[in-house]
Amino acid sequence: MDLGISALNYVSGIKNNEFTVEEFISKSLERINEVDKNLHAFLQINDVAIKNAKEIDAKIKSNQDVGKCYGMPISVKDNICISGSKTTCASKVLENFIAPHTSTVVSKLSSEDAIMIGKTNLDEFAMGLSTEFSAYGPSKNPWNTDCVPGGSSGGSGVSVAANECIASLGSDTGGSIRNPASFCSIVGLKPTYGLVSRYGLVSYANSIEQIGPMTKTVKDSAFLLNIISGIDPNDNTTLDNKDQDYLSNIDEGVSGKKIGVVTEMTNPDGLSTDVLNATNDAIKTFEKLGANCEHVSLQMVPYTVAAYYTITSTEAGSNLARYDNVRYGYEMDSSGFEFNSYISQARSKFGPEVIRRMILGGFVPSAGHAGKYFLKALKVKSKLITEIKHVFEKFDFLISPTVPIQPFKFGEKINDPVSFMMVDMNTVTANLTGIPAISVPYKITNGLPIGIQIMANHLEENSLLQAAYALEKTVDLPEVSI
Amino acid sequence: MTKIGLEIHCQLTKLESKLFCSCRADYREFQPNTNICPVCMGIPGSLPLLNKSAVEKATLIAMALDCNTPSKIAFFRKNYFYPDLPKNFQITQLNAYGNTSIGWEGKISVGDAKIRIRRIQLEEDPGRIIYEGATEKTKLTLVDYNRAGTPLVEIVTEPDFENPHQVREFLIILSDLLENLNVSDPGLEGAMRADANVSIEGGSKVEIKNIGSFHDLEKAVHFEITRQESLAEREIEIVQETRHWDDGRKITVSARTKEEEAEYRYHLEADIPWIRINDDTKNQLQVHMPESISSKKERYVSKYGITPQVAGILSSDRYFSELFENAKNETNAKDVANMITTDIMGLLDTREKRDSSKLNAEHLSALIESIKSSKITRTSAKLALDEIIKNGKPLQQIIDSLDLGHVSDEGELTNVITQILKEEAKAVEDAKQNPEIVNFLVGKVMQKTQGKADPELTLTLLKKSLAIG
Repeated sequence: MDLGISALNYVSGIKNNEFTVEEFISKSLERINEVDKNLHAFLQINDVAIKNAKEIDAKIKSNQDVGKCYGMPISVKDNICISGSKTTCASKVLENFIAPHTSTVVSKLSSEDAIMIGKTNLDEFAMGLSTEFSAYGPSKNPWNTDCVPGGSSGGSGVSVAANECIASLGSDTGGSIRNPASFCSIVGLKPTYGLVSRYGLVSYANSIEQIGPMTKTVKDSAFLLNIISGIDPNDNTTLDNKDQDYLSNIDEGVSGKKIGVVTEMTNPDGLSTDVLNATNDAIKTFEKLGANCEHVSLQMVPYTVAAYYTITSTEAGSNLARYDNVRYGYEMDSSGFEFNSYISQARSKFGPEVIRRMILGGFVPSAGHAGKYFLKALKVKSKLITEIKHVFEKFDFLISPTVPIQPFKFGEKINDPVSFMMVDMNTVTANLTGIPAISVPYKITNGLPIGIQIMANHLEENSLLQAAYALEKTVDLPEVSI
Repeated sequence: MTKIGLEIHCQLTKLESKLFCSCRADYREFQPNTNICPVCMGIPGSLPLLNKSAVEKATLIAMALDCNTPSKIAFFRKNYFYPDLPKNFQITQLNAYGNTSIGWEGKISVGDAKIRIRRIQLEEDPGRIIYEGATEKTKLTLVDYNRAGTPLVEIVTEPDFENPHQVREFLIILSDLLENLNVSDPGLEGAMRADANVSIEGGSKVEIKNIGSFHDLEKAVHFEITRQESLAEREIEIVQETRHWDDGRKITVSARTKEEEAEYRYHLEADIPWIRINDDTKNQLQVHMPESISSKKERYVSKYGITPQVAGILSSDRYFSELFENAKNETNAKDVANMITTDIMGLLDTREKRDSSKLNAEHLSALIESIKSSKITRTSAKLALDEIIKNGKPLQQIIDSLDLGHVSDEGELTNVITQILKEEAKAVEDAKQNPEIVNFLVGKVMQKTQGKADPELTLTLLKKSLAIG
């Protein structure tokens, strides 16, 4: 049995009686048992997965209606709630937090008979791009375990790349799906803001983040998006996509499409040579496929990282303020504390990156400084939105490398916050403007992956997935060996 | 010149649910921390879901207070740490980035004065902190989150009041108005709360917080003016500060911790998209807006010939004006109004009595009808009212069971009269000289029949017996 198969091949495997759900789930659990001690993709494993598998097998056997997922194992980033189980956000602060509600995305997948195989590691509260800020230790890149897997959805990326599960759900605030997808050589899609419900996602920067699929193939992302997208009465920001089917016409190709290569995202100064070469190669590939590639400038891009950190810190400062250890949290004797000093003490359990952003978030929107920082960041955001709107009048897609560099070694960047932040350069634009973006595995150079990012206009996931699928078909990448 | 401004918080108690979740808006019946859910408790992963009726009710208030109303609104987060605030931010509104609150620049007449409304905003109420024992050295601070998320409308006035009396008048007018709009029940404990700011000629502005009731608000303002004036007389500087109303001692005291310049790090609440309030909606609200108290009063006077005093009392009370509207018809309006103001208001003078009362408009119109057709006397009607309020049975049933019907049987009345004439021999003699004495005898008959005798028939029969014309 090949644990490395795609979601669609899993479904046909079950339908053709090549294996049972229980067999596949058991093998997946064995695989996790075997490799995860080293890779540390998971924070928690679902201990009733086998029982779930047996139930779905029974349904299949007795010819009952079975959901589209046929028991496929899907991992879930540990900032997405599943009722009755822990959601830690990889933080000590939520070490014992048991969610009273199930996120809409998990509800939708469960009702299609997917099995949530476990909760995956992340940077604490999704703040970071390497999983080095997880309070429970980092995940490791299966391509080279000395390297980071990317983040913040690093555990999700690793779990899919190392064949510990079929697919995963990540969340993307500034690249947190696409960055680990690129670093782990899998597909990662950040949908249009509002296409997928955030109900049950622990908020970090709620004005720009989205849940999205992380999969082995582009088609798998379309398959999962079909299930998890659409309007949700539990999330006022969700959009109606009229039950669009992203899979049915995915083979349309890119012939005649206009593709803009974002100058500011392919600037040789910020890019590693290997990444630049891969990007130029991808441009040629698209031209061979009949698309028209042209450089286009987005002048706001150099300011986006600063704007992104200003806005997300402001929102994080507000979203994380509730972790005061008053209504839930961990044991801490409150006697002798005045309320505010109790909160300060309680919050000292946050890790360094969260604390950094909380301090920043207390400062940039404050009365004396908002004009210089927060309001300026909002201005960059609104100018960027205007620019993007303009660009999509001419182009169908924008492309860039997903990340300007390849996976780096543990500890290499953690002490240099600004250069760390610049790794987000190419991904934050999609979040600040709300447009969809996908990372497609394109090359393995020096034994490490490089991904190409494609962006499209609002709610253009359908054509975005067509372009991604066209590119994916041209590459033949080696399997990771672990 | 003395300047007083008010900040009034009014809960929209007439709504079914809280501002962002389906918990009950009226939390008063609940045991502590049982009217809560992941949303109003700010549990990670929960999202606020806007109660659209709250937006409509708040718009209604803004329109009734002559405010400008925007074509779209947004919500903001006001960030601060406090134990009663589950998320450690309050979802509220702000007028910093364009006019995004539900109303601004309104006005309301208070006597001859015009009080300007600066702005009206829709927001969520925090929970409630209970200091056990409420002493200085209380050991426990308890928090009840049942109230957290209750829809609240904040009404901020310009400093247009000149004296405590005006403040009081304004509050009466405002609470009548809110009750009349059917958005709130201002009589409920904690449903309406107010802070005041007070300054006298040449002095700084002093804020008074923590005022529990409207009654105390007038007192607090009065106290504060007196305090500031006595400082001024002795040429002591009046410093800008926040003072708390000490409910026990009925004085204002300087807030112990110096309140720093507010730092709320306002920013847009992205979980709630901008809400459009289009002209259609506004027109609909205008069309269905309950008639204002003043126009109601005018109508009662001009259409039904009710005295302005009675009309004023009736129109300013939603409960009784509704009873009146439902019971009145072309012919009985005046009698209905009088019976409500003279009899029923006295019987139903508390909320509890109103809530448990079984009296409805049908009872009332039947009662008036029965008096008019001499089926019962006014005296009996009062007895019947008491019964109806208690058990709500149909009027006829109550008349029968209490035997309140007129004694209009000639034979029965004649027997009573014969008896009275015997007992009151002196009066009978006098009556022959002075016909006015007949009324005394009528009274005696009434007494004997416990007010049930038909007065006209009694008079006729008496005159006949006495052979006077």
